[in-house]
Amino acid sequence: MTKPPRSNAAARISSFILMIIFVTLALSLTALILAITAFSYGNEVVAGYLLLIGFLGVALSTYVLFQARRRIMRLKMEVPTINTTEECVKCGTKNVREFQRGDYVFKDLGPCQKCNDKMLITAIYREVKEKPGA
Amino acid sequence: MLVFPKGEVVEFTAIMASLLGQVAQTDPFGEFSWILNILFYGVFIAFIFYGQRIQMYVMLREVEGSLFKLKFIKDEGRKTAIETIKEIGKPQTDPTGRVDRFLEYFTIPPQSLDPAGVVWKLEHILDVRDVRLKDEVKLMAPSADDTQTNNLENTLEVAMALNFIYKVIRHYYLLGKKTLSLYVIMQIQMILPLIMREAEAYATALKAFAYGQPIGDGAGALAAAKLMHGHEIRRIPKDNVAATVPIEGRTAYVIKAEGPGGNVGKTGDAVKIIIDENEGKIATVIMIDAAMKLEGEDVGELAEGVGAVIGGPGVDQFKIEESILKYHIPINGIVIKQDIGDNVSPMRKEIFDAVDKAVERVKQVILERTKEGDKVIIVGVGNSTGIAQ
Repeated sequence: MTKPPRSNAAARISSFILMIIFVTLALSLTALILAITAFSYGNEVVAGYLLLIGFLGVALSTYVLFQARRRIMRLKMEVPTINTTEECVKCGTKNVREFQRGDYVFKDLGPCQKCNDKMLITAIYREVKEKPGA
Repeated sequence: MLVFPKGEVVEFTAIMASLLGQVAQTDPFGEFSWILNILFYGVFIAFIFYGQRIQMYVMLREVEGSLFKLKFIKDEGRKTAIETIKEIGKPQTDPTGRVDRFLEYFTIPPQSLDPAGVVWKLEHILDVRDVRLKDEVKLMAPSADDTQTNNLENTLEVAMALNFIYKVIRHYYLLGKKTLSLYVIMQIQMILPLIMREAEAYATALKAFAYGQPIGDGAGALAAAKLMHGHEIRRIPKDNVAATVPIEGRTAYVIKAEGPGGNVGKTGDAVKIIIDENEGKIATVIMIDAAMKLEGEDVGELAEGVGAVIGGPGVDQFKIEESILKYHIPINGIVIKQDIGDNVSPMRKEIFDAVDKAVERVKQVILERTKEGDKVIIVGVGNSTGIAQ
């Protein structure tokens, strides 16, 4: 008997895009540092341009990173937990466990450990936690 | 007008003018303001001439994003189907090619220009399709038993539906891109949220069928199973089971699709057989099924009414209506509300709990609508995946 896999997220951000993002980020940070240096040397015009380029680069790379992450997050689908309830027909002993392949409602599970009567699967269901505002 | 603690009175507009003046004086782009002006007018003119085109590109990008997700879901569906076949069916050869061919299967509904007898033609086409699909599954998965074959068939049908949705959306996306017609793109963009909801529901159904878990649609079948469990069960055509159950001094013939494999059975035939066996002496037919809820309604809410409560292509509904009309048998229906996502995904606890309430409601209807000693038919409609009897 096998359990269903817990995750189906196969998609990841491509390493090429990640590399471009980090190179842009590094260049932008360098531009910001250079801007500070230029400002300390009194070269305000150059400092202004470097500052502008630096901030634009940081904003752009952060935006692209978040967009790529959002796209991946949209692809991920939650695999719900499915519960199986085992119940004794006679003494009413209940046991809730995770679903296993081969389980079905009214499946005979053999004798009950307490009273030796028949144990059955009486329920298979998933519990959904409603998101607030949904 | 602003009054300061020391008693000075300053006009608010004077302060604003002073501040704006300072801003104007310290504006670093002051000498480049003509560039900003040109840019502003340029953007303004571009929007006048190309506004619609820009809007179209925004829509296309939105469709593209959804298409990307649909492709991902479709590929996951194909992968799940192939993996399940390999795991359960233990085929000698790689089933990938056969699965890919299966995903492209089509069914042409009968011509309805002359509608007389179209139901029987449709039934025949659906029967041929069912036999063909089952044969294909058996070839793909020779080691699978009947239950597993039914579950595999359902898994492949879901994968087929996902493949079809993806292809249709891709068609309109490419058509829109090719023709640059706002209306082609707009149509698809407007219905896309509903299509995505359906596709996501099918994606969860895929796992449910692959693992043989009860789905929301099986609520009716589960209600019937609860009523017939512990009583003698007999098979009736096609793919149905029936049990004679004494309820409140009446004799109830409880019918459901045979489980625990994914199966809906030919309910119309089963009802006809039971009615004919009793020469039409049936006090009432009560049907239980899952039904689509409207937004705002609760999952698992019950509703009661009259009529043949059954979905699908309409063949079974037609047959049930024909059978009850012949003997003028009243028909009642109880539905368990759920949305499209719940209908094909593993059964929610709320639906499971609602099934017990539906069973109680059936007993109530029997008490109210029939007399002691009467015979009634109770039909639990729905997919019996993960639900035995």
